[in-house]
Amino acid sequence: MSVAPKRENYDVVVIGAGPAGLAAAATSAEAGLSTLLLDENIGPGGQVFRAISSTPVTERNQLGADYWVGADLVQSLRASNAEVIQRATVWSLDRNLDIAVSIGGASAFVKAKRVILATGALERPFPIPGWTLPGVMTAGAAQTMLKSSGLVPDGRTVIAGQGPLLWLLAAQILRLGGRIDRILDTTQRGNYFAALPHAFAFLTSPYFAKGLSMMREVKAKVQVVSGVTELAASGDGQLASVSYVAGSKRETIPADLLLLHQGVVPNVNLAMSAGIEHRWDDLQLCWSPVLDASGNSSVAGIAIAGDGAGIGGANAAVVRGRIAARAAVEALAPAAAAKLPAMATLRSDLAKAERGRVFLDTLFRPAPQFRIPSGDTIVCRCEEVTAKGVLDSVAIGATGPNQLKAYRRTGMGPCQGRLCGLTVTELMAQARGKTPQEIGYYRLRAPVKPITLAELAAVPKSEADVKAVVRG
Amino acid sequence: MSTNVDAIVIGAGIHGCSTTLHLCLAGMKPVLIEKDYAGRHASGVNAGGVRQLARHVPEIPLSIRSMGIWEKITDLVDDDCSFESNGQVLVAENEDELVACRARVAELNALGFTHEELIDAAELRRLVPAVAETCPGGVVSRRDGAANPAQTTTAFRRKAEQLGATVREGVAASNIRYNDGLWHVDAGSESFAAPVLVNAAGAWAGKIAADLGEPVPVETVAPMLMITSRVPHFIDPVVILRGRKLSFKQFKNGTVLIGGGHLATPYQDRNETVLDWKSLATSAQTVFELFPVMRGATIVRAWAGIEAKMKDDIPVFGPSSRHKGLYHQFGFSLHGFQLGPGAGAVMAELIVNGGTQTRVSDLGIDRFHPSTL
Repeated sequence: MSVAPKRENYDVVVIGAGPAGLAAAATSAEAGLSTLLLDENIGPGGQVFRAISSTPVTERNQLGADYWVGADLVQSLRASNAEVIQRATVWSLDRNLDIAVSIGGASAFVKAKRVILATGALERPFPIPGWTLPGVMTAGAAQTMLKSSGLVPDGRTVIAGQGPLLWLLAAQILRLGGRIDRILDTTQRGNYFAALPHAFAFLTSPYFAKGLSMMREVKAKVQVVSGVTELAASGDGQLASVSYVAGSKRETIPADLLLLHQGVVPNVNLAMSAGIEHRWDDLQLCWSPVLDASGNSSVAGIAIAGDGAGIGGANAAVVRGRIAARAAVEALAPAAAAKLPAMATLRSDLAKAERGRVFLDTLFRPAPQFRIPSGDTIVCRCEEVTAKGVLDSVAIGATGPNQLKAYRRTGMGPCQGRLCGLTVTELMAQARGKTPQEIGYYRLRAPVKPITLAELAAVPKSEADVKAVVRG
Repeated sequence: MSTNVDAIVIGAGIHGCSTTLHLCLAGMKPVLIEKDYAGRHASGVNAGGVRQLARHVPEIPLSIRSMGIWEKITDLVDDDCSFESNGQVLVAENEDELVACRARVAELNALGFTHEELIDAAELRRLVPAVAETCPGGVVSRRDGAANPAQTTTAFRRKAEQLGATVREGVAASNIRYNDGLWHVDAGSESFAAPVLVNAAGAWAGKIAADLGEPVPVETVAPMLMITSRVPHFIDPVVILRGRKLSFKQFKNGTVLIGGGHLATPYQDRNETVLDWKSLATSAQTVFELFPVMRGATIVRAWAGIEAKMKDDIPVFGPSSRHKGLYHQFGFSLHGFQLGPGAGAVMAELIVNGGTQTRVSDLGIDRFHPSTL
């Protein structure tokens, strides 16, 4: 069942129903603002709380206590007057706060006084040799199947990469009876030392105890190889084996499934297409929007909350959602802001939720060889452009990702750079001896997600255009 | 301290790059100054149509001159620019439109131009098998085609630099002044001086002309385009409609480019455009009606490039009517890409020889300001 938005104009439109979006929409609606929450999935929760209202996994311990926090957020959203539309794909947002959204194969346009983007994160590309083979997938994709359908791997499975989510996924797979043959940890040894100065904050954060016990739980059941410095998948049209180097030892192991993960990065496509300014974050190695303390972006009226504002995790996302919503309430209905938690309280909640983040970012900063590929390794999957292809174009004059389009079709396929953008920026920066900030990123445009020609043809046209056609 | 060169060209669109290249071929040492990068705006993101079809009569000689260069483009820039010549077809959707087509071709023939050819329903169907059964005919220009605009503009820029041009990207030309017989232009921390200045600054050219005392009726526009996912090959020529705003082109990789001149809102100072999806929906609906094969295709991306449109839809091309050594080359009004290679060649002739065999006299700025030179 699909439902079009009830109105054409809203005080606040929140995009994305993960932790930040759920909190933002509930806060905004509780304060009496007309609020629309648009979310792409079949149910609320985003990736962290995916399928929170429908998961077949009922043993609460298997997905962990943190997962079920999502149920409370959904509860308070449902208790509010917010209008919520699921399976609603926002495909255009511009600086006039005009929003185009596809719901059940039909597009509608709505306008907001304030937009809160809570579009979350994407997994960082992991361009190793063979990463495009069938049988290689991201840990996030595996987690989606696990949460929404209770599906876990039963063939020979290797997990490679690093970061908190990798260990969480491994623990979830094992608890649900899935198979993991080996974990290849790519965390750079030097990162442990680099992260040390930030360890105190981490030790006093809630992540510490949870993370440690999860790693212990996994290591008790699976062989973990640490210090992996090289990684390749191979097979003839299908993954057959994974080879790696750890220390001075090279090993090849047979595998049916390779799950790759080296952290998440802000999902910038919608924000960038709206013209919001982003800067390169050299610690998190990604583009992050330029925001003020309330999450307001460089485009008037658009705020960003959650991991899309810079990776901060689910707890921080919830608070950022509340902060962005409170700022919207202060602007649109100042009197109603009084009944919401004070901004100072929210900011101190945020500081608490962000404790330990620098430690995690430093420890799990991915190694260059796993971010910047070479030779025949594919960079752009949609158009099958290799690292060598990009470097050859740089050699004859391509200066940045947009200029590269005059030479290769990188970023011009269906994914619009989601899977290659960071790789192209870093690869070109390295080749030209510049910073990623200087090299820049693809200019992103709507539709942020493809829509069919038939769907676009069916939208209501403006008066002027109808006349223009008749006049010829 | 300023660097002395033979000519200063402002704007690295297809026109500025082409003029720079042709000045190099004539033995001059020009500098090309671009505030962003070559092909950043309309020249790099237009539909890539290489079209003599349906042009205003005053610019047809320049278009024909350009066509000859396009057909040997690799010889000029060492890059094929993805130029392909499968013709361009103007489709009449009804008898009234076909009557107008017939009159147009007769008018051109009377003027001695033969590149446009009237076709009947059978020939239309042969050229464009997917076109709706009801269309009674149209006009074809068989030598026309399309190229990759970003690749083309980049290739012109690259070749000009190889031939000795100085190229400055990412710095805006500023403080334009004339003294002691030389034009002086600043570019970032540098300053250049030359007896010749070419204003090829696209959407930014009107202001340069106005600041130099030659205002012209020009506005900034941003025509929108959209591209689809790959669909099976079904069409070779570029197709444009006589009666509705639509142009249509399938690339070798199967993607289809849909344009036709619906406009986005330009925010020129920010290098930004805001798309008008309701207008794009009109184009989508027209494609939906004419080409059922396209109905399931997805729209992958839409965009708009910023450019200058003259009130009379004809470019400003040729010497200034006020200042010695100043030349204008802008205002191509949504149809400048095909003209680029030829316009650069002709501009170099005007600068180096003081004249050209190609008839461009109807395009001068003196149509707004009688010459005082």
